[in-house]
Amino acid sequence: MENRHYQLQVQRLSCIRDDRVLFSELAFSLKQRQMLLLEGKNGSGKTSLLRILCGFREADEGQVLWCGQEIAHSDYYAKMAYVGHLDGIKKELTVTENLKMALALGKQGRMTIDEALDKVHLQGYDDTLVQSLSAGQKRRLSLARLLITDNILWILDEPFTSLDKQGIQLFESVMSEHIEQDGMIILTSHHDLSLPAVDLQTINLSSCH
Amino acid sequence: MLAFRRRAEIANPIFFFVLVVTLFPLGVGAQAKLLQAMAPGVIWVSALLAAMLSLDSLFRSDFDDGSLEQMLLSAHPVSVLVLGKIIAHWLVTGVPLILIAPLLAVFLGLPDTALGTLMITLVLGTPVLSLIGSIGVALTLGLRRGGMILSLLVLPLYIPVLIFASNAVEMAATGMAVSAQINILMAIMFLALVLAPLPAAAALKMSIN
Repeated sequence: MENRHYQLQVQRLSCIRDDRVLFSELAFSLKQRQMLLLEGKNGSGKTSLLRILCGFREADEGQVLWCGQEIAHSDYYAKMAYVGHLDGIKKELTVTENLKMALALGKQGRMTIDEALDKVHLQGYDDTLVQSLSAGQKRRLSLARLLITDNILWILDEPFTSLDKQGIQLFESVMSEHIEQDGMIILTSHHDLSLPAVDLQTINLSSCH
Repeated sequence: MLAFRRRAEIANPIFFFVLVVTLFPLGVGAQAKLLQAMAPGVIWVSALLAAMLSLDSLFRSDFDDGSLEQMLLSAHPVSVLVLGKIIAHWLVTGVPLILIAPLLAVFLGLPDTALGTLMITLVLGTPVLSLIGSIGVALTLGLRRGGMILSLLVLPLYIPVLIFASNAVEMAATGMAVSAQINILMAIMFLALVLAPLPAAAALKMSIN
């Protein structure tokens, strides 16, 4: 599997919302072991771009290509994972049940549920209802979901919200590990990343008209 | 997929169903003949309304907490996941209705000969209610107050089921053959089973936009 090279290409993408051009003629490409940081003011279209990349929204112009094919006609969805503003976690279920559900929807990745919970410092919470977790712990749980499933591309919308300092460090170390293991990441963030070893591209959407 | 939802408001629709059916004799008065004649219609109308009441829970919580996004992003075909959700929904709302219906039929003095037919029509009819309802719910998910539109959308499609089902029970009560109505109901059920998940999946994709 690993001898194939994955690549995400975006060509001449534009997004118009309520008669306002958020961005136009946007183009970039992302290879394995690369990371893309989207910056921009509030309302500059960061989330809209991510939702287009996920296929939730249709781009007003332009294409998103995965290994040269349109994302809808490729194995894109088997290779990507998305963590958005909403955690995608059922609060009536326990931590383990939530992760099992994620496994049912995806493919078993390199970590088991227990290993992933250890990694994000949620060990001992296996049978806790998600309802009683704090916002930061829920974020860690979504991180655990990324770890247990087998993905190449992570799309993260403001992953550092409501995480404490240790949580942010943890998230950063997990991200650089993922990059080292031939992964790729697209994220939006207001934090300054401290990832010196990573091949990082930055796009500022505020200046993208 | 069936473990997807638990501890939901299962009691609500059954309670409604029982309440409406038991209130009828109080409102109409103790006229055994009249109640007996109305029984099929009353039971079916209440079942239909109870099913509609429960429809919103089909995708609402998934939409609110972001699980729906994760479902749409998984590599599995969305219509299969939707069908799984519908079956789960039917198991927690439709099946309890079917189980409690004979009791209510006895309340209203429905003849024993019609009891079997009532059960058959409910077994065939309630899945249709969930299946057709799923399309309506998926379409109105993005609207903040979709309740009114949902009933306008879905009720006309429910009417054939109501007509054939209550007619079959009435015929059975007078001792006539009902195979024609049962066959039509069966046809509607299978048609809905095959055709409903596809538009529901497409509508979900639109709603998430």
